[in-house]
Amino acid sequence: MNVQTQIKRTAAEDALIEAFAERGTSLPGSASVAEKRNQAARLLEQGLPSRKVEAWHYTDLRRLLSSVPAFDPTATASQKEPLIAGSTVLPVLNGVAGAVKAPEGFALSSVADKLADGSLAPLLGPVDKDDTVSAINSAFAADGFALDIPAGARLDIPVELQNVQAGGQVHTRFAARVGEGANATVIERQMGDADALVSSVSHLEVGDGADVLWLIVQDQPEGASHLGQINVRIGKNAKLTLFVMNIGAKLTRQEVRVVAEGEGSEFRLRGVNLLSGQTHCDVTMILDHAAPATASTEILRNVVTDKAEGVFQGQIRVARDAQKTDAKMSCNTLLLSDEGSFSAKPELEIFADDVACGHGATVTEIEQDHLFYLMARGIDEKTARGLLVKAFVAEVIEELENEAVVEALEARLDAWFAEHG
Amino acid sequence: MLEIKNLHARIAEDGTEILRGVNLSVKPGEMTAIMGPNGSGKSTLSYVLAGREDYEVTEGDILFNGESILEMDPAERAAAGLFLAFQYPMEIPGVATMEFLKVAMNAQRKARGLDELKIPELMKRVRAAADELDMDMSMLKRPLNVGFSGGEKKRAEILQMKLLEPALCVLDETDSGLDIDALKIVSDGVNALRSPDRSVVVITHYQRLLDYIVPDSVHVLYKGRVIKSGEKELAQELEKNGYAGLVGEAA
Repeated sequence: MNVQTQIKRTAAEDALIEAFAERGTSLPGSASVAEKRNQAARLLEQGLPSRKVEAWHYTDLRRLLSSVPAFDPTATASQKEPLIAGSTVLPVLNGVAGAVKAPEGFALSSVADKLADGSLAPLLGPVDKDDTVSAINSAFAADGFALDIPAGARLDIPVELQNVQAGGQVHTRFAARVGEGANATVIERQMGDADALVSSVSHLEVGDGADVLWLIVQDQPEGASHLGQINVRIGKNAKLTLFVMNIGAKLTRQEVRVVAEGEGSEFRLRGVNLLSGQTHCDVTMILDHAAPATASTEILRNVVTDKAEGVFQGQIRVARDAQKTDAKMSCNTLLLSDEGSFSAKPELEIFADDVACGHGATVTEIEQDHLFYLMARGIDEKTARGLLVKAFVAEVIEELENEAVVEALEARLDAWFAEHG
Repeated sequence: MLEIKNLHARIAEDGTEILRGVNLSVKPGEMTAIMGPNGSGKSTLSYVLAGREDYEVTEGDILFNGESILEMDPAERAAAGLFLAFQYPMEIPGVATMEFLKVAMNAQRKARGLDELKIPELMKRVRAAADELDMDMSMLKRPLNVGFSGGEKKRAEILQMKLLEPALCVLDETDSGLDIDALKIVSDGVNALRSPDRSVVVITHYQRLLDYIVPDSVHVLYKGRVIKSGEKELAQELEKNGYAGLVGEAA
């Protein structure tokens, strides 16, 4: 006979379970979607993961997601200016995909439609018991956009997936397929006006020989909680640069799950985390090198001030037949306050014997010598610090090779320094 | 222009006293040389003038144009017109040299109540100054001082000095690491800056630089004090006899 001690549910856990009981049946979806939603809800009934769960050790979701607001169907969000002028904007306003005219160069459908006809069901999660982000999202997601970029297409104009929340809860899905040999820049923007709970899960398929730059710019207001996830498969000789920038939100968990599936595929992860106030921000990557001669580099630059906490978990798994894998991971943090912190957890699981894998993590402060030199030229302390902090992160932005993207990100960087420098 | 009165300073971290009562004054337009053997406190004096936090002033005062600068931070001192050309200019990765020059020039202009320079005007000035110092503009596209040779770094310091137009220039061992051609170019650059309302303090171990930058006055620093002052002949005397004789006198 077992004696089980029932842990008391938190208010957030209760709120999620109650919300599903209320809304679950009215959400769009075929029978197969409904079955997936029920599976997801069953995982939520087991409670949110605490630090005892290895995958959530540095982000105790049970403690950090202290409350879950109710859905607010009356809240309305308005479309914002795109990060890069002239982009094709696909807005999801407080969880509802906006009406947009058919864009040039690719096919577009709403996630609500794809849930209704069941074609999105295979993408709903969770994939395992630690996949809480996908579970929350799969239980509630009602809308978003699905893009299909045809083989050989060259999208010169960036596509902006604009997920704007206006409060309550927002659960959004994006799916993108980039055809063989195609070229595209996609910007996933996560923003809003209120202290909402947001989950946003994306799926990206990079076809053979395709070249994709995908940016996730999370700029939520200070009181919001943001759970993000992107799932990627990269085809033969294809290239993906994933750039993640986290600025706002009191709680962020951004998961990056990548499978370098095709021989000769290349993955670059670049991250800039600008953490201030009492924010907790976690970037967790699980990367599978599943084919021979795949390459990856991961570079994160974090700036931590006030009482902010940052986390990077980087797991690289190299399959037995993924010979000649080349993977390099680094995580560098500039600590601007005594009370801030950053935890980096690299994990390499290598089953092939002919690979080059490396990782490194550093935590530094501003060099006093450098500060003195700049000030000795008449640059006031605040500006001088700003220059040095910018120098620390600008490197990963400048290598993006797309001038409009670099300018837009640097402008956001400058605005952050003006406020927090 | 500059008056140093009974200046005592120590290393903040361990309290080691380096300057033990320096007295010195520099008039407007004056070219002053401060010489002395290694460890006499020359570099410390330059850092204390520029306001480096690693040193603590325990006694005395520094007056610049009649006002004490001890409470000013390095940026305020620079804006007031004080410039230190570093013995070892720092390499600062990620900060583009041109961007740095723009920010520094405009910060000082702003502090002096002048309009900010627009990019074309700024570029024009930088190009002219770089030409005079025989510097390649492509160097300025690199991060500040990163990968510069010793001589290039010293030239870059003089370039900044020309562009920032300070009232008081302090050159800390600017001659070290320079070959004879570079020494001439740098000296010409300094001499071109001479004017009745600008003063220059040249800190050096050797007489060599003073063949090109001829001082009006020479002061010998030893164990944190000025032990002898004179005119340019004092430098020649030191070159011939070394510091030993003087040091003996002082002891």
